[in-house]
Amino acid sequence: MMASSYNAKDEDGHLPGSVGSGGPGAVKSKKPDNTAFKQQRLPAWQPILTAGTVLPAFFMIGLIFIPIGIGLLVTSNNIKEFEIDYTGVDMSSPCFSCSQNYSWNSTSACTCSVPFTLDQPFESNVFMYYGLSNFYQNHRRYVKSRDDSQLNGDKSSLLNPSKECEPYRTSDKKSIAPCGAIANSLFNDTLELFYNHPNGSKITIHLEKTGIAWWTDKHVKFRNPGGNNNNLSSVFRDTSKPVNWHKPVYELDPSDPDNNGFVNEDFIVWMRTAALPTFRKLYRIIQKKKDNMTPTLPPGNYSLEVTYNYPVRSFDGRKRMILSTISWMGGKNPFLGIAYITVGSVCFFLGVVLLIIHHKYGNRNNSADIPN
Amino acid sequence: MLRRRLNRLCGGDEKRVDSRTIYVGHRPCPDTEAFIPSKFCDNRIVSSKYTVWNFLPKNLFEQFRRIANFYFLIIFLVQVIVDTPTSPVTSGLPLFFVITVTAIKQGYEDCLRHKADNEVNKYLVTVLEDGRSVKKESEKIKVGDVVEVVEDETFPCDLILLQSSREDGTCFVTTASLDGESNHKTHYTVPDTEKDLQALTATIECEQPQPDLYKFVGRMHIYKPEQEPAVRSLGPENLLLKGATLKNTKKIYGVAVYTGMETKMALNYQGKSQKRSAVEKSINAFLLVYLCILISKAVVCTTLKYVWQSKEGQDEPWYNQKTQKEKDTNMYLKMFTDFLSFMVLFNFIIPVSMYVTVEMQKFLGSFFITWDKDFFDPEIQEGALVNTSDLNEELGQVEYVFTDKTGTLTQNNMEFIECCIDGFQYKHRDTWSEVDGFTVTDGPVNKLQQKAGQEKEELFLRALCLCHTVQVKEAGSEEVLTDQVDGIDEMRPQLEEERGFIASSPDEIALVKGAMKYGFTFLGLESKSMKIKNRENNIEEYKLLHVLNFDPVRRRMSVIVQTKSGETLLFCKGADSSIFPRVKPEEVDRIRMHVERNATEGYRTLCVAFKQLSAEEYAVADTGLREARLALQDREEKLIAVYNQVETGMSLIGATAVEDRLQEEAAETMEALQGAGMKVWVLTGDKMETAKSTCYACRLFQRGTELLELTLRTLEDERLKREEKLRELLQEYHRKAVQDAPPVKAGVTRSWSTANQDYGFIIDGATLSIVMNPQHEVDASQYKSLFLQICQNCTAVLCCRMAPLQKAQIVKMVKTSKGSPITLSIGDGANDVSMILEAHVGIGIKGKEGRQAVRNSDYAIPKLKHLKKLLLAHGHLYYVRIAHLVQYFFYKNLCFILPQFLYQFFCGYSQQPLYDAAYLTMYNICFTSMPILAYSLLEQHISIEILLDNATLYREIANNAMLRWRPFLYWTLLGIFQGLLFFFGVRFLFSNPALQDNGQVFGNWSYGTIVFTVLVFTVTLKLALDTRHWTWINHFVIWGSLAFYVFFSFFWGGIIWPFLKQQRLYFVFANMLSSVSAWLVIIILIILSLLPEILLVVLRKPRGPHSRQMAAVTPLSYKHLKERY
Repeated sequence: MMASSYNAKDEDGHLPGSVGSGGPGAVKSKKPDNTAFKQQRLPAWQPILTAGTVLPAFFMIGLIFIPIGIGLLVTSNNIKEFEIDYTGVDMSSPCFSCSQNYSWNSTSACTCSVPFTLDQPFESNVFMYYGLSNFYQNHRRYVKSRDDSQLNGDKSSLLNPSKECEPYRTSDKKSIAPCGAIANSLFNDTLELFYNHPNGSKITIHLEKTGIAWWTDKHVKFRNPGGNNNNLSSVFRDTSKPVNWHKPVYELDPSDPDNNGFVNEDFIVWMRTAALPTFRKLYRIIQKKKDNMTPTLPPGNYSLEVTYNYPVRSFDGRKRMILSTISWMGGKNPFLGIAYITVGSVCFFLGVVLLIIHHKYGNRNNSADIPN
Repeated sequence: MLRRRLNRLCGGDEKRVDSRTIYVGHRPCPDTEAFIPSKFCDNRIVSSKYTVWNFLPKNLFEQFRRIANFYFLIIFLVQVIVDTPTSPVTSGLPLFFVITVTAIKQGYEDCLRHKADNEVNKYLVTVLEDGRSVKKESEKIKVGDVVEVVEDETFPCDLILLQSSREDGTCFVTTASLDGESNHKTHYTVPDTEKDLQALTATIECEQPQPDLYKFVGRMHIYKPEQEPAVRSLGPENLLLKGATLKNTKKIYGVAVYTGMETKMALNYQGKSQKRSAVEKSINAFLLVYLCILISKAVVCTTLKYVWQSKEGQDEPWYNQKTQKEKDTNMYLKMFTDFLSFMVLFNFIIPVSMYVTVEMQKFLGSFFITWDKDFFDPEIQEGALVNTSDLNEELGQVEYVFTDKTGTLTQNNMEFIECCIDGFQYKHRDTWSEVDGFTVTDGPVNKLQQKAGQEKEELFLRALCLCHTVQVKEAGSEEVLTDQVDGIDEMRPQLEEERGFIASSPDEIALVKGAMKYGFTFLGLESKSMKIKNRENNIEEYKLLHVLNFDPVRRRMSVIVQTKSGETLLFCKGADSSIFPRVKPEEVDRIRMHVERNATEGYRTLCVAFKQLSAEEYAVADTGLREARLALQDREEKLIAVYNQVETGMSLIGATAVEDRLQEEAAETMEALQGAGMKVWVLTGDKMETAKSTCYACRLFQRGTELLELTLRTLEDERLKREEKLRELLQEYHRKAVQDAPPVKAGVTRSWSTANQDYGFIIDGATLSIVMNPQHEVDASQYKSLFLQICQNCTAVLCCRMAPLQKAQIVKMVKTSKGSPITLSIGDGANDVSMILEAHVGIGIKGKEGRQAVRNSDYAIPKLKHLKKLLLAHGHLYYVRIAHLVQYFFYKNLCFILPQFLYQFFCGYSQQPLYDAAYLTMYNICFTSMPILAYSLLEQHISIEILLDNATLYREIANNAMLRWRPFLYWTLLGIFQGLLFFFGVRFLFSNPALQDNGQVFGNWSYGTIVFTVLVFTVTLKLALDTRHWTWINHFVIWGSLAFYVFFSFFWGGIIWPFLKQQRLYFVFANMLSSVSAWLVIIILIILSLLPEILLVVLRKPRGPHSRQMAAVTPLSYKHLKERY
């Protein structure tokens, strides 16, 4: 019925148009254009989600996710991770005295040695992290307290840092480089690792200082003023070191000019503020042995030598050292595997339930519909 | 002079303060104390709102009165003043944009109004000034000017008729554009005004302007040299109203008494107030909820912040010292600014962009109405017109339709359809008439066959020719021409067509024309003798003795004529109910069936009876009539008594059926509207009988409908006073229609359940005014509620004899009744303007009666039949679109801001934003705005054809179904669920932030970017799931904005931006994509958040009558619509 009325109207609509164009004056008709868009008749795909289309999708999700989840869980479980808290809260802890007697002004470094045992060998590259707890690197006042243009080597920002750096902007009427709370609180414990060989000798494990920061950060975002990594002491001449630092920025790594000043990787890693108050940051990398025969870290006794500089007791913080191997998915984290397995099974289960419902209930519904 | 003064002082004129004095032609009168040209307003019509000067401040003020705009202004100011986590630009820019766009739009609309006003105000009229005719712009007419108006012109202001070109000092006027009555009304000049207007010195005293069209009281003092001033009383018959049109009179002169905004027409207009749609009210309600959420979030965070800080070492650890300024700030001030900062941080939950999008959706969406070629009418070469785009969605929510009759339901074009003479049916139009199933006696009658006997036929036709008050239009030449060609048969029909008749009612003309078709032509009335030309082209002359006028109580009229042969005949025509008791019962049966059938078909039926009066009978009647006419007291009653006495014992000769042609598809349209659950009320200024038959013709009243009548006629009761009778009737009807009726389920009207008795309700204007303003104030609310309840239980309601403002009153009463239903008014004339303005949605029909209705309407359509598509298809779709738009906007901003809120628990309540500023700003503007805009313009969850075929689908969205609290709660819960999922999903992933295969760690910006990526994808895909109508635009926009997000993120993070203080996102996005874990978490979170939605869609069975059609469309298939090029 509707179609016929449409057709009738089309004829109506066409007649005056043709007359108008032929007639004298050829008045432009105000008749709306008969385009698909204007008439809301664009060809359209009209998908309708029905049990028929959704059920296979559920089974598919189930079938794909469960294996992925299992793979992830296995990978995560294969990652070796060792974690040790060296804050020194307990009386028995070797670093207890260091944590108690701490003051910023002390010139002599307090060191302590924490022994630990690895039960399993760590194959491949081993990554050494330090972890802090209850440290709010994501506090707003803290996050914004930096000057990225200073860190990018901008000369004017070097001498006149951003207001955001307050109260770590100037000291002794000289601008601080690098300014801001983040830089000021740079993690400055020194961690060293020794392997206590069963034969009694104490072998220093070589810790790689580079490759711990994002490549783009190290090469683009962070740059020493003048663009030249040499002669940093003169570049930073008119600036002052951050108040809590023991040494100026150009002495962060005097041995390697490409890892000194603003492009020091420890510094860059620190400057990438953590997302949560409990976090870990990459500290060193232990390269795997060349020969591939022996594990990077064989099981046995080790000792962690800490130069204890960084106070955390005042805000109830903790310091940890973490040794971890890495897989394609990153560090150890069973969450993803479990999540995938759960979602996969839920989907599969729902698929089965829906299938049953659809089979029983759907048929009955149809038969009930027809008499209506 | 003394007398006048005395008159005034003695209170001869009680309304002295309330009257105005007008000096005709501004000539000082000889004996007035002083010529005081009083100040009256000029004749300018102003409908515009702004001028160039006050536009900016007034418009800004009006815009900031909107709660949302004001809120954003406050947020912006807070951002400027207080140190907040986000920059003021993020909220200032969109606000500026919204304000500018709205201002431009409103300025443009006001500009159009100025133009329309100018058209009226600059119209040239002729004014008599010092004996010369001067052309003047209409707006310059002053009270007291003598104005000349020629035929077919409308009066530029309210005039007192001084002089007419007609000899008898009358003029004819049609007030179609004022009250919808298209008949010609006779107005009279003031008696004794001199022919020479130049010499006329007179003053007019009249009441101050008032809106009642039918009331006017005044007096005119005419001063003649060396004579006492003559006083003439003035009534409405002397007043020519602005907006009315002069007809059949060459030229008149009148003096302006009311001008401009004081004319009765202007007073009958209501101010065009801003109409707000129900959706907007819902938005505001939701807004309040979200505002509460926002404030509580901010309060929670502020409180927790100070609780957290009270712990030792948390507030200001050594690594994060405060600045000196911060330390110095007062604690309470700090708490307050913290609160404001949280407000600013979470303020995105109430998005400015929603207002932009809603405005854009409405503005752009309304183009589809103007573009719709189905609304194009080839006759007037025009399509639909959208005056306000604010109300698109309201079209999908209409519960009550108030329609005008004349020109809207009907074409106001009477046509003689058939007659019935002595029980035989005569149909003129058909070449052959079908055998009628109702009457056995009916035979196929084509031309006047010798069925009823020639004598009877001719008697009937003579009756039609004589029994009326029609005048022949004096078109001199035609008359002569007719005489000349007399006898030439071929020429006759053409000339007859041209013959013009004037009558107070269009169906009288139809009857006379009908008689003409059968060969009897009425030639005119000349000095009390009526001439008719019979079939043999002989001219018969009858002497008109008496006209027994029509009145609504008797519902019949009669004439008494004398034939040449000296016989005295009485012809009477009237409604069946008033004729049948006065004729012989055996004649009635033969005709009744015809009459009833015709009536239910919607024709207006009249019965014709006649009676031969003997000389004695006539003598009695004649004296009776003369005496009654001269009676000073109770003249009306006495006249009616005589009429009744005369009109007895007649014999019935036939019945006529006249059709008031309905508009195209009027009945179908009304049926569709009722099927869609709307209640249709007809509000008309016309007579009850006429209106009733139209209702039958439109199938608003059906054969089985029981009519509940509440009119002056039913209120006539010997025993009771009107009001008591009214109360009685109201209670009786209430019992019938409300109490006895079985409870009707909401949303299902009775056309559904045919078992129920249908009721139709009829009320007229006079009765309505008693209902609205009874003598005792106490009763008012009781009457009103009874009246409303009855009306709400009736299928259709007919209100006749309504003044324009009464129409608006009815609309207002329904509008403010319980549940505040959405009302729609549709009309075509100026008399409908007030109801068009009053209703939620006003629709104008681009009819022949001027453009007043169109200009004041929200939407204008060429024909009534277009209403169906406008409501059922456009209205439905717009409502669904905008409802989804609103819900979606709230939802997407809830799950946008919820993670940010949760993050506060992990960052020491420090107002640290989770997302980068660019993401915060762009989220609503770029990443997620286009898909929903495209959706809200193009979505057709049910195709237009199906919507038009199944009117009942309209009921599914009735009562704002998609914006009620339940769906709102659903969307809110969905938003909360997804927000929680996004945040905690990533939170668990970040329990070990070493997510890259080179052991490097991610920071807080990576965290935010992962959450944001999941968010953008989920929110967009959720919309994709809801989209039922994927055009290429939807595809382009949905996939395009996802691609744009990815592209933008790369771009934004790929460059060290020199103008940015912090390079927070530098390569964050690229690094994120290099991490497999990030990919995996993004995928699983998206799927997990969409899972419940998919599950619900599957479990929710398609219900209702359209389930089968829905299933008929094969899933996942391109539906190729028939292209009609």
